[in-house]
Amino acid sequence: MSRWGTGALGRIVRSGVGRRRVQTVVIAVATMMAVASAVVAGSLMVATNAPFDHAFAAQHGAHLTVQFDPAKAGAARLEATRQLDGVTASAGPYPITTIHPVDGHGGHLPGLTLVGRSDPGGAVDHLTLKSGRWARKPGEIVLSSTFAGPFLKTGSTLKASEAANSRTLTVVGFALSASRTADAWALPAQVRGLASKDSPVTSQMLYRFDSAGTKGQITADRKKLAAAVPSGALLGAQSYLDTKHAADQGAAATIPFLIAFGLLGIVMSVIIVGSVVSGAVGTSLRRIGILKAIGFTPREVVRAYVAQALIPAGVGIALGVVLGNLLAVPLLEDTEQVYGTASLAVAWWVDVVVPAVALLIVGIAALVPALRAGRLRTVEAIAVGRAPRTGRGQWAHRAAGRLPLPRPVTYGLASPFAHPVRTAALLLAVAFGTVATTFAVGLTQSLNAVGRASDPEDRATVTAVSGGPAAQDSGPRSKAHGAPPSADPAKVRAAIKAQAGTATYYGLSQDDVTVAGITGSVQASLYQGDSSSGSYEMLSGHWLSGAGQLVVSTRFLERTGTRIGDTVRVTLEKDTETLRIVGEAFDTSDDGLHIHADIADFAAAEPQVFYIEVKPGVSPGTYARKLSAALKPLGAQAFANSASEQENMIIILDAMAVLLTLMLVSVASLGVLNSVVLETRERVHDLGVCKALGMSPRQTVSLVLASVAGIGLLGGLIGVPGGFALHGFVLPVMGHAAGTDLPPSVLDVYDAPQLALLALAGIVIAMLGALLPAGWAARARTATALRTE
Amino acid sequence: MTQVIQLEGVTKRYDSADAPALGPLTLTVEEGEALAVTGPSGSGKSTLLNLVTGLDKPTEGAVTVAGQRIDQLSEHALAKFRRAQIGMVFQFFNLLDDLTVEDNIQLPAQLTGTPRRKAAARAGELMEVLGITRHARAYPGRLSGGERQRVAVARALVNRPALLLADEPTGALDTASGHDVRELLLDLHRGGQTIVLVTHDLPLAEACASRTIHLVDGHLALDTHAEAAR
Ligand SMILES: Nc1ncnc2c1ncn2[C@@H]1O[C@H](COP(=O)(O)OP(=O)(O)OP(=O)(O)O)[C@@H](O)[C@H]1O
Ligand SMILES: [Mg+2]
Repeated sequence: MSRWGTGALGRIVRSGVGRRRVQTVVIAVATMMAVASAVVAGSLMVATNAPFDHAFAAQHGAHLTVQFDPAKAGAARLEATRQLDGVTASAGPYPITTIHPVDGHGGHLPGLTLVGRSDPGGAVDHLTLKSGRWARKPGEIVLSSTFAGPFLKTGSTLKASEAANSRTLTVVGFALSASRTADAWALPAQVRGLASKDSPVTSQMLYRFDSAGTKGQITADRKKLAAAVPSGALLGAQSYLDTKHAADQGAAATIPFLIAFGLLGIVMSVIIVGSVVSGAVGTSLRRIGILKAIGFTPREVVRAYVAQALIPAGVGIALGVVLGNLLAVPLLEDTEQVYGTASLAVAWWVDVVVPAVALLIVGIAALVPALRAGRLRTVEAIAVGRAPRTGRGQWAHRAAGRLPLPRPVTYGLASPFAHPVRTAALLLAVAFGTVATTFAVGLTQSLNAVGRASDPEDRATVTAVSGGPAAQDSGPRSKAHGAPPSADPAKVRAAIKAQAGTATYYGLSQDDVTVAGITGSVQASLYQGDSSSGSYEMLSGHWLSGAGQLVVSTRFLERTGTRIGDTVRVTLEKDTETLRIVGEAFDTSDDGLHIHADIADFAAAEPQVFYIEVKPGVSPGTYARKLSAALKPLGAQAFANSASEQENMIIILDAMAVLLTLMLVSVASLGVLNSVVLETRERVHDLGVCKALGMSPRQTVSLVLASVAGIGLLGGLIGVPGGFALHGFVLPVMGHAAGTDLPPSVLDVYDAPQLALLALAGIVIAMLGALLPAGWAARARTATALRTE
Repeated sequence: MTQVIQLEGVTKRYDSADAPALGPLTLTVEEGEALAVTGPSGSGKSTLLNLVTGLDKPTEGAVTVAGQRIDQLSEHALAKFRRAQIGMVFQFFNLLDDLTVEDNIQLPAQLTGTPRRKAAARAGELMEVLGITRHARAYPGRLSGGERQRVAVARALVNRPALLLADEPTGALDTASGHDVRELLLDLHRGGQTIVLVTHDLPLAEACASRTIHLVDGHLALDTHAEAAR
């Protein structure tokens, strides 16, 4: 027995790995691709599944952010709350106040909650500095990273208030607080210095509790705190659950997409690894017979064949983990930006679980055929290589022979029928590749449609702004927040109207309103003039066509329990109007609660921005320059819009869709490559005969390509409806997760010619995989092939 | 008489260090001749056939078959040359197992683009002559060795090649079947078919060859034709 110990076994495995170079490479690359896409999909799934939880945990976020009145609860009292039952960690007290800063251009920022902290660390709410540094001296301020943008960067200066003598603050950094404990931070002394009679300094305390999983527990925790201090000392408390709710909303939409791709990748790699390994055993039955004849035990044969699959698979898995991590990092960075969370990294357990599962799957896929090989009777195994094939597939040759096609093509077309199982695996691989391609193409189009449908005002050719830069987007909360426009809108409107080349235009005001039935304020877009060019995609009803009308989102209808035709009371400042809902728009901005109405309904509102369409043939650039010259004396400006920037999230999803599709398609092609290599190796003798009879290299190539063309076509025909159905299923789920129905422009993205083209994807995948071995077959030496009798 | 095969100073080396597997060899085969090539194992007989069919290229020298210099042709041109000018019969038949007898025979005709009906007619004619018509729809796996070799011969002749090559056509057959094949070749020779026959079987060579050459270590050791001329 010892003669056949590990040395001999090792030699057999090595020579098996070396001899079947194509299979070895296919196993390695297929597992690499599958593992890489699983790592990418998995880590993004983890990251986007709980971007908030992730950042919250990393920062030891505050379960409760509490404000105390320092007059009623002094330092000693607050110190005592740290020892309360259930409090596991705490930080503070930090001085806290509110400031109303003005930026360098005179634009008003929203009121900022300013907290005094000497450093970003601490037992609770360990802040992440996204850029710049922490404040070191008075006059320096660190802003929440949600404010970072073209108008506010490190080095920008702010005036602490509108007052002429107010303190100038330099932005030295941007920091992220998962629990959103403040909008801005400065040194404690600076905070006290900026406080005023209207916004006095209070004390902020941050707590973590041992039980804080539910709303009820948080309420109980809050009660405990309130009881520990004199009544009225607890001014307010913010639960992390509310912050989490808002943060998780956006992320949810991507998950169904990631799951779809993750599953596709896994199914595909199982099929391919399984078929490669069983193919390897199938073609080496004779060799197995010889091994057993010279004294290998069945167990050793099994071990040899499992090892032949596991060695390249192991290499592929290791490379796949590395590749997956490399690809995931930039995508995660983008995700970070979108969600405004702390640094995301590939979750360590994804790097452990994915390769472990992959190894297990490969092992099982290899074990089944290897066991078959081990059980094979020696005599049978040796005989297999010799016996002429009979029966299977002959009918196919007879049928194909009747087709009015060149003989090499018909011969190739019939050949898959000799190996039904291998052909089925191949068909599945091609079909899955086509599903992935179809799905990805549809998804990309849908996402672009979403991009086009959101923020229709970005579509305007020319924008005229009557206020300063602050009237434009410079951060989520600075949307012209009550900033008085510095130009008279009526004059701006007159100038636009008088400008040669103006086709249509409308004015827009963004205001905070309150809506009966919804707590807190709601963002309202109030339109002046013909706003049809700024219309959102409508899910039902119609866009604004006059005063008294209201267009809302799906979520608004759900939240308020209203339907189209119902009336809603909307209040802007002191003006309350009853408006009738005339349309449901595809609008997911501001948590889906954004409303649209006519400005005429609210006397207090004035448009801050005008969106202009120019007449055909008028250059937007020239128009904008001329209009700007006319507007300058009024204190306004105009600019032509570049092609609207796609939203980050959409770009990420697009990139991911392309990446994952390429991976799946190449894995499918590798599967084809492997099958065709097996096939041509088995047929090397028949091909040699054909070539000796005068089959030209070109005819040989067409024979091999024809042998997969049928599978490609069929796989395409199966895969396209599959991808179509997957798209039809996943998109509404994604939309639902984001809290909206989807308009037809997003759902119905395929057209017939495109589907027909996609059906050809199967053939392309098959041809890509077959081209290489077809070339080998055509070049193989005939004289040598004929000798292998 | 026209020359079907002309070898001029042909040498074939598989390994540049070793002695050549064949040659240098100069040889001419006339139309209608039946040439038997004999010699011990490894003497270069198959190598010679491979050079004549263009399956292999000589290291040196010129190979002209049916008036065509084939040692410099591209693979594509060689394939066209082979299907038009050469018919081949092998020791182990080399029939395609998944095609019927009929389809096997038609295959070379179909490769040249011969219309289906014409190819079928030609195959029917050959099956008739060779007495295998009743096996037309059978698969080669079910036939006896002798029957398979008849199918192989029919397939070799379907394109009316200028040259029929046979490498040990009786090597895998029992005596009776071998005798059948011998008769068949003799008939073809009488019909004017140019034949090159590689064999160990000296009675076969004597019976159906008009000329015999004997190779030893790649060299021409004996040529009955030259002998007769002397
Ligand atoms: N592809 C090849 N590569 C290397 N050497 C080869 C190759 N083909 C043939 N040879 C060598 O060339 C010599 C002639 O071989 P060839 O096959 O022509 O002999 P043969 O006369 O046909 O023998 P047999 O009667 O056994 O068929 C032999 O020494 C053989 O080993
Ligand atoms: Mg030989």
